[in-house]
Amino acid sequence: MFKSLDFLRGKRLQVPSPAARERAEGEGRTQAESRWSLLTNRPHPNPLPRCGRGGRTLVSLTLLSLTTSAIAQPKFQNLGRPATAAEIRAWDIDVRPDFKGLPAGSGSVSRGQDVWEAKCESCHGAFGESNEYFTPIVGHTKPGDMVTGRVAALRAETVPQRTSLMKLSQLSTLWDYINRAMPWNVPKSLSTDEVYAVTAYILNLGNIVPADFVLSDKNIAETQKKLPNRNGTTTAHAMWNVKDKPDTQGVNCVTNCAREVRITSRLPDYARNAHGNLAEQNRIVGAVRGADTRACASSPDAPCGSGSTATSSARANRGETAPARPATMPVTAEASTLAQKHACTACHGVKTKILGPSFTDIHKKYGPDSAAALAAKIKAGGSGVWGSVPMPAQAHVSDAEIRAMAEWLAAGKF
Amino acid sequence: MSSTRLGRLQKAPEFFITRDALTLPRDDRRAFLRKAFAAASAASVVAAAPRAFAQSSSATSAGDPAILNLPAHSKGLGQPVAARPYGLPSKYEENLQRRESPGLTRVGAASVSFAPLQGFFGIITPSGLHFERHHQGWWDIDPTQHRFMINGLVANPKVYTMDDLMRMPSVSRMHFLECGANTGMEWGNVAVPTVQYTHGMLSCCEFTGVPLKWLLDDCGIDLKKAKFILAEGADGSSMTRTINLSNALDDAIVAYGMNGEMLRPENGYPLRLVVPGVQGVSWVKYLRRIEVGDMPYATKDETLHYIDLMPDGQHRQYSSIQEVKSVITSPSGGQVLLDKGFFNVTGIAWSGRGKIRGVDVSVDGGKNWKAARLETPVLDKCLTRFNVDWTWDGKDAILMSRATDSTGQVQASISAMRKVRGTRSIYHNNAIQSWLVSPNGEVSNVQVA
Repeated sequence: MFKSLDFLRGKRLQVPSPAARERAEGEGRTQAESRWSLLTNRPHPNPLPRCGRGGRTLVSLTLLSLTTSAIAQPKFQNLGRPATAAEIRAWDIDVRPDFKGLPAGSGSVSRGQDVWEAKCESCHGAFGESNEYFTPIVGHTKPGDMVTGRVAALRAETVPQRTSLMKLSQLSTLWDYINRAMPWNVPKSLSTDEVYAVTAYILNLGNIVPADFVLSDKNIAETQKKLPNRNGTTTAHAMWNVKDKPDTQGVNCVTNCAREVRITSRLPDYARNAHGNLAEQNRIVGAVRGADTRACASSPDAPCGSGSTATSSARANRGETAPARPATMPVTAEASTLAQKHACTACHGVKTKILGPSFTDIHKKYGPDSAAALAAKIKAGGSGVWGSVPMPAQAHVSDAEIRAMAEWLAAGKF
Repeated sequence: MSSTRLGRLQKAPEFFITRDALTLPRDDRRAFLRKAFAAASAASVVAAAPRAFAQSSSATSAGDPAILNLPAHSKGLGQPVAARPYGLPSKYEENLQRRESPGLTRVGAASVSFAPLQGFFGIITPSGLHFERHHQGWWDIDPTQHRFMINGLVANPKVYTMDDLMRMPSVSRMHFLECGANTGMEWGNVAVPTVQYTHGMLSCCEFTGVPLKWLLDDCGIDLKKAKFILAEGADGSSMTRTINLSNALDDAIVAYGMNGEMLRPENGYPLRLVVPGVQGVSWVKYLRRIEVGDMPYATKDETLHYIDLMPDGQHRQYSSIQEVKSVITSPSGGQVLLDKGFFNVTGIAWSGRGKIRGVDVSVDGGKNWKAARLETPVLDKCLTRFNVDWTWDGKDAILMSRATDSTGQVQASISAMRKVRGTRSIYHNNAIQSWLVSPNGEVSNVQVA
């Protein structure tokens, strides 16, 4: 198919190999001259004046010294100036794992609680457990972990959402980050003693230190030895030093590499429109168009998904608009029956919060266009949006039933 | 005419046309109607009709109205120069935007937006579509007030202004920048629909700046004691990351330029660290300080995040290198093929360990593979574009690409990756990506075994 372009493919446009380039440069020509010669197989019409031995030019030496990293360090006369001691103190705030850089000071758990309630709780929750804005700080560490220095929950078949204390292997990390980056909207506003106090409070929330504990530069190294996951990290992998041998290696097979191919995972239909209409995320010309994913999301009965008929994609191909989503979904008695059948109503009242939020509150929060998102939430479960009590995943409920309930919640006609 | 005009060129005749007359062609009602008649769907950026339908529905026996009826732009006056002093993409390209993945994060200032790889050509990411990852929001910092300090195990701790840095000799290098969590949502199962969300925490630009090695030398680095450096940002999070000294002395750049202009604010204006081959979080933005030290620093983003949970419950710490990887960007998930027949299967490959040596492509789910054409340039720690001819017969097909880098590492299947690293790592998923093409032309994200 590219035959018509063959006239462009003469030697003139061939890119020289690196080896050829090096050869040419070694013959004492400038880069520009070498390039010209390699592209044309002719000497450069205007060779630069040469001087010095071996035909090398000053120009080529200068060029090389600026463009390769293998050359001697240039001297930057009059660029930059000595940093003053005060400037280094102002910026050099990092605290290392050996606690070098840690300023002297101390803070109690109770002082930390005061600071927490004033400046941290709104994002992280009263007990550091909130999942509303950030991943939880506290939870899922056990007293036994403090003995082994390995958090057992990380080895469990089903790992709960990892909290900061489950992962924390260095106490310096916690101190340093609070000091440099917290509170979120006014970083670097805490005093040194407040940073100690908040750190102590977090450790107390994780039952790592007692309620009367005072953390200081004197005892922080001892406290490090109590961290539940202090032995939980490794650098035995090949992604730190570029010369190490990788732990994975693919197979270079070319023909008959597999007898059968089985699809093990694909996107569920209810998530088809979860990233918005894909037709609006692709160019309007070219070899392809984006799939119109609204059709499936707006009607549970519409065929959708890659294994189904061509309805939605053909519609997208024709540039047609998918049927508009009805302003309110039909309310079915069936959905409320389903909510009973699957024991949703044990935790959710229609108008009252039980363990989880009421159906009415869910509708108010997410609105009428939320069916797909709600279906995904029902399916996967979660915690933190409405409080710390987790909702378990509802993997045993069929997609169709989940979708019916999600539509019902989104419609809000209870 | 005043004397100052003497000898100067006379204004061109169009400057005697009134402003109303200039705008007339755009408002010309008849021109508009002709355009609509041509069924170009120009007003609708969403799913304009592909060629076959446009012709079959509106073509007459005489031919294509898009040819027969001259459009307004062929019969009117266009816009003057510098109408947009800083140019913008065509309005017909607005579908290609960086986007968030719904539900991934809950705070926009600590979130990520993904680059629309599905629409990119070649290897360079347009600056305005470079993916974003902010840890505490982005800033537009006054470059005249920005300072860069080097301290620690150096003979002469120094402070540089942007003037100082930009007076120095510079290098310009093209490198990819990939978040360590790119493709992280797919460790357990298929989770997102398109290549924008599976692989879009990836960009590739030409960066200009001063090799870090020169600056460390300028401060008199103590090479006997130094083993690591700490890079620190000037933003609220003052983000810190440990960099291996070998990386720092090899090809790291203290960069102010990106794609021929200054860095964009979202990408660290006016100064960022470039650490080729290493995950994006180490390319510290708003770079204010480098400290030379003799031990890793265990910063927040190397103790609590960017650590890979392994099946034995241990976390890999300081996992930094982005290993060999490739993905077909078109046809890819969420796209629909226009028709049977010829397609150029195109994608990108990269490795943090060196150059791309080759890319193989399969259209049958990995049973058989053939070598793709690598397009030049093929550069160190840089995206490489690959292309393969493919004739679609209208049947099920599964498209996959498999890259090999200059160290001989071959990209592995997702099942092989899981055998070693489990499913809970979040980070460093460089597995082979599969796209299922269904008979209806729709492409979807699948995993195969």
